[in-house]
Amino acid sequence: MEILVCVKRVPDTAENEFELNSAGNDLDRDDLVYSVNEWDNYAVEEAIQIVDKIGGNVTVVTVGDDESEEVLRREMAMGANNGILLTDDAFEGSDGKGIATILKAEVEKGKYDLIMTGAQADEGAGQVGGMLAAMLDLPYASLVNKIEPGEGKIKVGREIEGGNQEMNEIELPCVVSIQTGINEPRYVGIRGIRKVASVEIPEKGASDLGVDASAVGEAGAKTKRVDYFVPDLGDGAEMLEGSTDEIITALIEKLKAKGGL
Amino acid sequence: MTQIYAYIPFANGTAEDVALEYPSAAKKIDAGATLTAVVAGTGADLDKVANAMTAVYKEVIKIDNAAMAYPNAEIVRKALVSVLPADAIVLAPHNTFGMDLAPGLSIKMNSAYAADIVDIEGIEGSSLKLIRQELGGAVSTHVTTDISAGAVITIRPGAFAPVEGGSAGGSVTDKSADAGDLSAKRKFLEVVEAEVGDVDITKSDVLVSIGRGIEEEENIAIAQELADAMKAVVSCSRPIVDAKWLEKSRQVGTSGQTVKPKVYMAMGISGSFQHLGGIKGNPFIVAVNKNPKAPIFQVADVGIVENILEFMPALTEAINEL
Ligand SMILES: Cc1cc2nc3c(=O)[nH]c(=O)nc-3n(C[C@H](O)[C@H](O)[C@H](O)COP(=O)(O)OP(=O)(O)OC[C@H]3O[C@@H](n4cnc5c(N)ncnc54)[C@H](O)[C@@H]3O)c2cc1C
Ligand SMILES: Nc1ncnc2c1ncn2[C@@H]1O[C@H](COP(=O)(O)O)[C@@H](O)[C@H]1O
Repeated sequence: MEILVCVKRVPDTAENEFELNSAGNDLDRDDLVYSVNEWDNYAVEEAIQIVDKIGGNVTVVTVGDDESEEVLRREMAMGANNGILLTDDAFEGSDGKGIATILKAEVEKGKYDLIMTGAQADEGAGQVGGMLAAMLDLPYASLVNKIEPGEGKIKVGREIEGGNQEMNEIELPCVVSIQTGINEPRYVGIRGIRKVASVEIPEKGASDLGVDASAVGEAGAKTKRVDYFVPDLGDGAEMLEGSTDEIITALIEKLKAKGGL
Repeated sequence: MTQIYAYIPFANGTAEDVALEYPSAAKKIDAGATLTAVVAGTGADLDKVANAMTAVYKEVIKIDNAAMAYPNAEIVRKALVSVLPADAIVLAPHNTFGMDLAPGLSIKMNSAYAADIVDIEGIEGSSLKLIRQELGGAVSTHVTTDISAGAVITIRPGAFAPVEGGSAGGSVTDKSADAGDLSAKRKFLEVVEAEVGDVDITKSDVLVSIGRGIEEEENIAIAQELADAMKAVVSCSRPIVDAKWLEKSRQVGTSGQTVKPKVYMAMGISGSFQHLGGIKGNPFIVAVNKNPKAPIFQVADVGIVENILEFMPALTEAINEL
């Protein structure tokens, strides 16, 4: 099975306290810690496990800048066979449709049986996989938390509300978006990263891909982020302050009043 | 004139709550817009929902086809593309069905897409200004979307105020004949129900709920000790279940359990909407988080900026001494 996994470099929500920049129109990105989108790690792990079982290759691809190469290397250290970096100034400011347009061009250059994305990334949109599938006219299943490969088709479980699982049979080739918890992504150590440090990762731009530059990037985006802001929160929580002892005393009184103790 | 179509998800003959929330969202897009409910499915359940929607919507479109006995997103998408005008503004829920349907629908309708909208500022020319969140709710953003060739917009369930139904006096138009070819490459097989676990967190009045802030599997014992002292039960956010540190039946949220405790102790939980979606009944929420900007502090009653690994044992000790 030839599998393509789309991965994205994102600010790590567990590692950062997000602040706006002084102009208030973007995050203060200077000290942000970035990593691979959490959902994409599960997708790569799933792809590797499928290939371990039935053979084939795993290719990881990202649309990004030079720094995005590090996430490709990380996923190759996990066991992906190939990496492809799609990068061009013309790609900057793409909306979901723009990203899907760029990925589609790369998909059409290969011959993949299965294309995977994460269920969602940093913007919480969950859009690229479904768009890519529709553009390619391939069937799609989102929020996949189980895959059983078969002949010319796969059986997938989709996570739906309440933790129930919707089972589907889907013809190959197809696109699936992967939900966390489908597997346990393997740990990647420094040694693993070092092993793939010198592997060549091809870079492709708009002209290599045959992508019309005006259809992607800021120019092609129908949906655009105008600014970041901190919402007016109304009351918010009553923050307990002071020494830990003082906080605990105050908290215990409140818990007693509210039936917590 | 703006034409807005609201896709009504339903199960067992009952529309989901979002059906009453769309009218508020539509009004915020354009108070003068026409709003039409679209109900797709088959048989008596479909008719029941379509009729119920006439109390809320003036116009209701019904698409009846046996292929939609279960809402397979690929099939529903085909039906919508055939039935709706190309420049429609289509509303769907940002839930597991909407995420399956909507992105591809926007491509097939050749329209703009905006996901998981939490508020709407309105239209200026051909641009619609919307509010959404990024990074698990840590920051909010304004986005504009070009609606000149139509748009597909998913709204966050619960983000818009439900309207009182009853007086719309609408009528149902049957568009089943327009649905076109509904063949699909994805076939629905069955729904497998979530497993029942050893503890039922939905029965407990007090929950000590842990998130990724617990850091290590061994540290769960610290939360259990606090729960014992409080005669509470330990529940958790999704990453704890993904890591297989606790059973799925302990997970609070849209893809886990819906709980209605009196007191909810959110320990090292950031407060994503999927997590909060599982907390009902307006409990007293205590949030302890080392990040003073964590979104959970927007919804908690009491907030404490501390390291839970030090705070929980101290609290346990103080309670045991009472
Ligand atoms: C379709 C879908 C369904 C989902 N369903 C659910 C669901 O049902 N339930 C659910 O919970 N999630 C669900 N999620 C995932 C959700 O989006 C979030 O990723 C998840 O809720 C985050 O969990 P968390 O708050 O524990 O982790 P994080 O967001 O990583 O937050 C950890 C928090 O702990 C704090 N922290 C870290 N260390 C410490 C410490 N030592 N002391 C104090 N604080 C500390 C950090 O500041 C941070 O705020 C779903 C996602 C999708 C896409
Ligand atoms: N710039 C990108 N490059 C490659 N894949 C991406 C990119 N952006 C999003 N994706 C894929 O689409 C998934 C969902 O992201 P999103 O639609 O942005 O929420 C991610 O998990 C990735 O698999």
